[in-house]
Amino acid sequence: MERLLTIIFVYILVENFVLHRFFGICPFLGVSRKMETAIGMSMAVVFVMTMATLVTWLLYSFVLVPYNLEYLQIVTFILVIASLVQLVETTLRKISPTLYQGLGIFLPLITTNCAIMAVALLAVREEFTFVEAVVFGLAASIGFSLALVIMAGIRERLELAEIPDVLQGPAVTLITAGILSLAFLGFGGMFTL
Amino acid sequence: MQIIYAIIALGLLGLLFGLLLSMAARIFAVKVDPRVDRVKELLPGANCGACGYAGCVNFAEAYVEGRTSANGCIPAGKETSKAIAAILGQEVTESEPVIATVFCIGDNTKAADRFIYDGIEDCAVAGRFNDGFKACRYGCLGLGNCVRACPFDAVKMGSHGLPVVDQEACTGCGLCVNACPRNLIKTLPRSDQGHLVLCSSQDRGKSVSRACSVGCIACKACIKACPQEAIEMDDKLAVIDLDKCDDCGECVAACPPGTIHPRSAVPKKLGEEKEFAENAASAG
Repeated sequence: MERLLTIIFVYILVENFVLHRFFGICPFLGVSRKMETAIGMSMAVVFVMTMATLVTWLLYSFVLVPYNLEYLQIVTFILVIASLVQLVETTLRKISPTLYQGLGIFLPLITTNCAIMAVALLAVREEFTFVEAVVFGLAASIGFSLALVIMAGIRERLELAEIPDVLQGPAVTLITAGILSLAFLGFGGMFTL
Repeated sequence: MQIIYAIIALGLLGLLFGLLLSMAARIFAVKVDPRVDRVKELLPGANCGACGYAGCVNFAEAYVEGRTSANGCIPAGKETSKAIAAILGQEVTESEPVIATVFCIGDNTKAADRFIYDGIEDCAVAGRFNDGFKACRYGCLGLGNCVRACPFDAVKMGSHGLPVVDQEACTGCGLCVNACPRNLIKTLPRSDQGHLVLCSSQDRGKSVSRACSVGCIACKACIKACPQEAIEMDDKLAVIDLDKCDDCGECVAACPPGTIHPRSAVPKKLGEEKEFAENAASAG
């Protein structure tokens, strides 16, 4: 239990996937303009990341390892994540049209989110047990959401600020991301696995 | 031997996922009206929202379900509206093409500022702060809410702090009309015919002339000068009825501050506003 809690705090705050490991920068900058889209993307990522870690861990442990096919993990994981996202999309569309409307455009985007792939690969490399791997996936996705939501909040306020011409647009966004990342460095060493 | 295992494993996994997906697609199939797609392809795809729906897809859905009409999409224009109507086998009721026009020519060389505003770059915010930084309570603040509202890049900020509507790019969608907190933009039928009183001030003549050198001072000289009786007073502002105006130009000569201009002289794209501003200054 203690180890699970540690995993949660480490991957939300200390080794935040976006701000510490720099995974998933594309959606982090792409959909953080509005709080509404940021929350939509966050929900989609939490869902897909946890599911993907669950499925890839099972596949790795019960298919790839017994047949000495560990070197195929990247190809397999790409296959799993792409199919999973597609499956979730078709299912959601039928079962919950409202949720589909909300997450709709973000789901296909997630297929190419490298953070998902990284979680799947790291869960294997860190030699987590099954429960630990799922909790790890959940924590990493919550960390991603936290970074995204904070960024969206800052950017919504930046919209109203007067920004020097040279810094407008991507420049000020990247600077903000950098400062945010520095701030999260403050959590370093607070928890260790 | 290894490679065969690899091929089998990946092949099986691929097959498994493929089957799973095709089953899911079968089980969870959602019927979409094919007409929605056809309407969507015809639409401009700017997702401007002028129709009142979130985007072109939503408009297409609403149209096929009969919640809106084919000419609900203003940027689409006449030809596209006809094509959209044809999908449902309907006729279009024709609507006249319109264009956005700014009813204020008090740029920063003609209308004085009361104080230096250093706040948020937004007309609505600036206008609420002590009635705006301009001496004229009705004039354009020039902070560009209309520029940001335009999805077609047709409204641009001119060199003297007044927005200029690019007549070629403007589709008449009316988003800038709603974006202007001072209601200075109106849509008019697309034409060069007629004259306009390019002012929106409802102040008394004295306060207007103190605030702006080209504002309508409600002197009624144009009403007396107009042989067509096309001009009427709307409270303290002269308004020209475009249907009656025959472009004789008597009002232009009669107007003391030079507020009235022929529509053909209104800047039609960015760059033309400088010349217009100079002419307006010498007319006053």
